[in-house]
Amino acid sequence: MADKLVADKHLRYILNLMAEKKKESFESVVMDHLRMNGAYWGLTTLSLLDKLGSVSEDEVVSWVMTCQHESGGFAGNTGHDPHVLYTLSAVQILALFDKLNILDVEKVSNYIAGLQNEDGSFSGDIWGEVDTRFSYIAICCLSILKCLDKINVKKAVDYIVSCKNLDGGFGCSPGAESHAGQIFCCVGALAITGNLHRVDKDLLGWWLCERQDYESGGLNGRPEKLPDVCYSWWVLSSLIMIDRVHWIEKAKLVKFILDSQDMDNGGISDRPSYTVDIFHTYFGVAGLSLLEYPGVKTIDPAYALPVHVINRILFTK
Amino acid sequence: MHGRPRKASNPEEEAASAAKAVKLRSLQSQFMKNHHDKIYTEEAIELSMKLLEINPEAYTAWNYRKLAVEDSLSRIESDPNLVNSILDEELRVVESALRQNFKSYGAWHHRKWVLSKGHSSIENELKLLDKFQRLDSRNFHAWNYRRFVVELTNRSEQDELHYTDDMINNNFSNYSAWHNRSVLLSSLLAQNADGFMPNERIPDEYDLVHSAIFTDPDDQSGWFYHLWLLDQTLNVETPLLTSSWPSHGSTINLSGAGCLNGSSSKFTTFCSESGSFPLILYFDQAVGGVSSSTVTIDSELKGNEDLVWEPISYKNSQVSCVWVTHLKYVSSDPCEYKVKIRVGNSPGIVSSRGHNFRAPYEFVFTAHVHDTVKDSQEGIVSWTDGFDIWDAKSMDLNSLITLDQLQAEIDFKWRQEAIDSEVECFGILSDSKIGNLTLARLLMAREAMLSDDAVKGVRYEEILQLYNDLMALDSSHYQYYKDEHSVAFLHKVTSSSESLSRHLFRYRGMNNLVCLRLNNLSLSRIASVEKLLFVQMLDLSHNELRSTEGLEAMQLLSCLNLSHNKIRSFSALDSLRHVKQLKVLDVSDNHIGKHSVDTTRYLCSSPLSNSEWSQDDVGRQNPGLVTKYWDAYFVLRDLKLKQLDIAGNEISGNEFSSFVLQVVPKLVWLDGQKLGN
Repeated sequence: MADKLVADKHLRYILNLMAEKKKESFESVVMDHLRMNGAYWGLTTLSLLDKLGSVSEDEVVSWVMTCQHESGGFAGNTGHDPHVLYTLSAVQILALFDKLNILDVEKVSNYIAGLQNEDGSFSGDIWGEVDTRFSYIAICCLSILKCLDKINVKKAVDYIVSCKNLDGGFGCSPGAESHAGQIFCCVGALAITGNLHRVDKDLLGWWLCERQDYESGGLNGRPEKLPDVCYSWWVLSSLIMIDRVHWIEKAKLVKFILDSQDMDNGGISDRPSYTVDIFHTYFGVAGLSLLEYPGVKTIDPAYALPVHVINRILFTK
Repeated sequence: MHGRPRKASNPEEEAASAAKAVKLRSLQSQFMKNHHDKIYTEEAIELSMKLLEINPEAYTAWNYRKLAVEDSLSRIESDPNLVNSILDEELRVVESALRQNFKSYGAWHHRKWVLSKGHSSIENELKLLDKFQRLDSRNFHAWNYRRFVVELTNRSEQDELHYTDDMINNNFSNYSAWHNRSVLLSSLLAQNADGFMPNERIPDEYDLVHSAIFTDPDDQSGWFYHLWLLDQTLNVETPLLTSSWPSHGSTINLSGAGCLNGSSSKFTTFCSESGSFPLILYFDQAVGGVSSSTVTIDSELKGNEDLVWEPISYKNSQVSCVWVTHLKYVSSDPCEYKVKIRVGNSPGIVSSRGHNFRAPYEFVFTAHVHDTVKDSQEGIVSWTDGFDIWDAKSMDLNSLITLDQLQAEIDFKWRQEAIDSEVECFGILSDSKIGNLTLARLLMAREAMLSDDAVKGVRYEEILQLYNDLMALDSSHYQYYKDEHSVAFLHKVTSSSESLSRHLFRYRGMNNLVCLRLNNLSLSRIASVEKLLFVQMLDLSHNELRSTEGLEAMQLLSCLNLSHNKIRSFSALDSLRHVKQLKVLDVSDNHIGKHSVDTTRYLCSSPLSNSEWSQDDVGRQNPGLVTKYWDAYFVLRDLKLKQLDIAGNEISGNEFSSFVLQVVPKLVWLDGQKLGN
């Protein structure tokens, strides 16, 4: 049983992942296409542990820029096609390093704005998959770039609200089942656009607080599913944005996250004694940040970037 | 990335993995070359299939296949057999990819893309879906795909409802099926489709969901469905007026900014420098369209044509439960005026779900305008001295407005019967959490439907006890039950004039303001505000409040005491920005500045939530402090406070105090000290 966050071990775990390795595992090659996401998860974790200086900013930034397409969107890795998923991660990474100024903001924002559909929804790329995840991405990204007026915000918000379910949660499209990941996206998008009054906070708050497993203290993503560290972010940040986080037992959740660490090799897994990965390492640390764990910087629950980064960007006129 | 037990790697496994990795790398780089060079030969296409079979998440390969299909289609001159065989192959590739990972977004989207080209039979797709449902009945990709297919083929909602019947009868622990049922049923009910009248259907659904809840009370699958049924039972679609200020049959005293000539009156006194008083309408749900044409005012008070009505809500919103306008009066014309308000004079008041306000509702009050006699004193307001007990028997609590309108509903009876029946059923589950919680909710619902004051208030003890039991039974959710307890407690306090009057006082120091004392009651949540619109001074000190959510409707509030609560930041006080009368605010001895996480960060209008920010001198001269104390800055600059107490918070200190003085230049008293100029 773990009683503390082994930050140094996690630091080493992340730095190893980011460095070029001669020996590649099958697991890492199979995730090649989402390296941009992986970089965002790793770098944001470093930033929360106040260790962003451990990586070479120039190396990271120049690699990020090689992933930009002529359309303005970013790919998951060099050579892949552009998609909003990786465009947001790229912009978030640049924000971490305070390097948004190297972007051709017009180009990136036009790429995203061009993906808004008639009904206010967003496609992920030119192939037309629609999902509220992409609504969140568009709104989050354009807000960071201060270009939110390039899209029809009212229609975007109305589309998101049309995905609200009778249990107070949100799904990926109208009529789709509530899921903590989608809820984070919808609540986050509504938060960023100043529309949280369109959320039934008490109804959703109760649905969210019932994600906590009595035994382990972990959170699941929807009813009758297993707890998973990544929901420490999706559920927790949603609860915080609607001011209902006091409805869960925080100490028990801290314990669940700490118990999911690999105390020897670093990294955090989906639940205790399972395989670690960068995804769960980030969500575990981000969750601890939201739980005010000492030694972890505060993360913004809507933009999923450190608060000092977001305040710096949005409070500068 | 999920569900793999941790084990130490051994060299054999590592070597095998490395070999697989090399193969995959080679496949990937060959594929990339084909993609960038736009090579769509049979060989190249097959290579992409091999890649997707190993890694269905390689999204660029799905894009490539779409391009390859479009390229092939452009060459075959629309021979339907050839088209079909090309598209069939795509469906086969998707199926094989889904076998690898049936949660692959890329695979499911590719299938939709193929189908939108007008291909494949519905039986095939539904068969495929049945296969996946059997593997995992909670696979939301499959359910979403089912919805997509249903829409393409115009399958009826009734048929799909039967499908959920089958799924639920097979296994009640299928939240996905209950969810889909709720979507279909609410649509059928809204259409008033044949056989879908709420008064018949809802009781049947209660029976159905009982099977889920009573078989295994710990299984959450039916909980939220039951809560939805309760909402359908309670909530009338047509918006209703809940309360108003001034209320029907009341008398109010109006004067200028000075003190009234005469001793304490039993009516509410409102003094205004601007010569206007608020008229507040509180609806049971958010509505839009309240204006001078939909709400008419009939009175001899001059200068009140074309009044502007404002929704009390977040900046973006055109809808609200609470609407306010301001009626002018001239204190040099002392007189008694009858004022008649007609809400819904013409159609236009509409709920956010598109339902019109019920037939016009009229109410009348008397405004007694007085002469101003003395100059107003700007003494410090005390929360401990200068109070008289106040007999509120003349107060009309307006609890009957909604009820009158509700009872006029034709189908009020089935609602009461349904609640009574549920109360009886759930009395049995008294040792389970969901049993107690549902019973508490049902009893609260029943209270709202009772009109007899004598009976009302009696069952609140039972409700409060249930929440106390739940705090012990399910301690992880202690704070949730605590909040519900506070709500029930406040409903009890405001359930009759008699119980409310025990908390009502008059403050001599400010024209006998009506003061409500709700201190030292362990309140963690504010409620019943619709019954408290007349309150001008509110003492909520020594409680457990985290925010002022709900207080925005209290448009008459001029003094508020929140000392010794659990307020963590100024952002938690955002709702007070709507309370334009507020002059005196005490937030001393709270937790402001103590926590690094701000849980009301996005519930406060600011640039973080893309609210317009008009720069002022303070912002220009102190950008660092504005960022550091952003929420105090945005909240305080919208208030016109004369008296503020902030001591006893971690944020307190010279730096913060001097910042406050810049943001609120007209402040007269800070932490009990008179400010010199």
